[in-house]
Amino acid sequence: MTIKSFTKKGLASAAMIAVPSLALAQDAAAPGFDEIGPYIMTTLLFCMAGFLVFFMACGFAMLEGGLVRSKNVTMQMTKNIALYSVAAIMYWLIGFNTMYPGDFNGYFAIGGQTVLDAVGVAAADADLGYASIGSDFFFQLVFVAATASIVSGALAERIKLWPFLAFVVVLTGVMYPISGSWQWGGGWLSEAGFSDFAGSTVVHSVGGWAALAGAIVLGPRIGKYSKDGKVIPIPGSNLALATLGTFILWLGWFGFNGGSQLAMGTVGDVSDVSRIFANTNMAAAAGAVTALILTQVMYKKPDLTMVLNGALAGLVSITAEPLAPTLFGALWIGAVGGVIVVFTVPMLDKLKIDDVVGAIPVHLFAGIWGTIAVIFYNGDASLGTQLLGIAAYGAFTFVASLVLWFILKAVIGIRVGEEEEINGLDMTELGMEAYPEFSKS
Amino acid sequence: MKLIIATIKPFKLEEVREALTDIGVRGMMVTEIKGFGSQSGHTEIYRGAEYAVNFVPKIKLEIAVSAAMADQVVEAITKAARTGKIGDGKIFVLDIQQAMRVRTGETNDDAL
Repeated sequence: MTIKSFTKKGLASAAMIAVPSLALAQDAAAPGFDEIGPYIMTTLLFCMAGFLVFFMACGFAMLEGGLVRSKNVTMQMTKNIALYSVAAIMYWLIGFNTMYPGDFNGYFAIGGQTVLDAVGVAAADADLGYASIGSDFFFQLVFVAATASIVSGALAERIKLWPFLAFVVVLTGVMYPISGSWQWGGGWLSEAGFSDFAGSTVVHSVGGWAALAGAIVLGPRIGKYSKDGKVIPIPGSNLALATLGTFILWLGWFGFNGGSQLAMGTVGDVSDVSRIFANTNMAAAAGAVTALILTQVMYKKPDLTMVLNGALAGLVSITAEPLAPTLFGALWIGAVGGVIVVFTVPMLDKLKIDDVVGAIPVHLFAGIWGTIAVIFYNGDASLGTQLLGIAAYGAFTFVASLVLWFILKAVIGIRVGEEEEINGLDMTELGMEAYPEFSKS
Repeated sequence: MKLIIATIKPFKLEEVREALTDIGVRGMMVTEIKGFGSQSGHTEIYRGAEYAVNFVPKIKLEIAVSAAMADQVVEAITKAARTGKIGDGKIFVLDIQQAMRVRTGETNDDAL
């Protein structure tokens, strides 16, 4: 994602001043397609890509709903629809203008509420070099929702609803927008030459760091690790739902990466968008196949949950640079993502960090890999700057998240009680089961 | 009257049902259960972590028949359910003290 242009209104207004007669005024006020076409096409791109990324919220919900036990499904769905909605409101309130503050010191500027274009805005008053504010705002806000979804999956089955949502308020309103402004808002990392096209680091690693901090503070689910240190798997309740969720995320990713071209007004731009689609798809396929083969070889049986994570890791890996690589480049970058997942899921378990859906391997570890992989196909990127960006986002998000989780833990408590956890959050926190007929009729 | 309780491998249910209806058994109760016997459990891997499957899925049959028919039923189940491999299951035969058909009030052998 390149930096938004800030050539706001004002360009066209000079032409409007001299209006000697009505006929002449109409001539002057009717710009041709060359002038308004790119604005229309890019606005359309943001709307369509935004719909697709919005649908990723559904993908996350289904993936998480399938990988938690049936006694926690209602809670997981509640968290998903609530976090999306909270993110939408927070991003309007301060997030969007904090992330895109225009001219600022490059590190930190808290913005105000988002204000849309006027109803029926005239071409002369629109940002013809870019897109409508509504489409840009919507496209950006569905990204921040994806970041929050990453956190909900990792912390599932044991975190209380309200402390989780309190974290989401700060993450989506303040933390993500501040760190996002460093790169996409034209801040210091963008000045330094850091490259992250659609957000391997800015979106996915940020979610992963926040999730990692939360998983450490929260602790593992009861029964996940035995006293003698063995890992006790807790299988998910519905792998069909988890697979559906993964396919939905895969679909949504075309909007995530394709829309991040941020322009569709030229042959080059629209062709690039399609190039991004093809590369994105290839990386996901490679990640899935890699996990399929690796689990067959290592464990004698393929593990579907790892294949699903592998596809997502492939997607995260290609997100930092989905445009420049060849299809073969996308293939091997995605394949490495699949390898990362298969090896880091058991590694986290060894550290007794309980990540219910594999969000940390998929979004954080593959995100770091994808951000490094930019240097192989994008000549403008350097390893040093990529590592600087990874470290900056990691330090800020991990520390800020850690502090926030500890504050929440001290002030209101973040974890349900032992009995509540064993009986399931659905009945104890919500009094509502996702599948009531199974036990009652 | 005898109650025959049999545990069998799930995929053998259809064969056992056919064998029993062939010899005139007119009803049975079927439950999906999990358990272990000599077969014990086995291990599987989920997301890189090995875990023991201590309880193996089985089908439990409960069949109430007249005392005269019990041996024939046991033989039919044994024949149909046997694969020769470990985990084929077990059959228990118990006495029934009383039986009642709810619809008509018939009792004992008439109720079976």
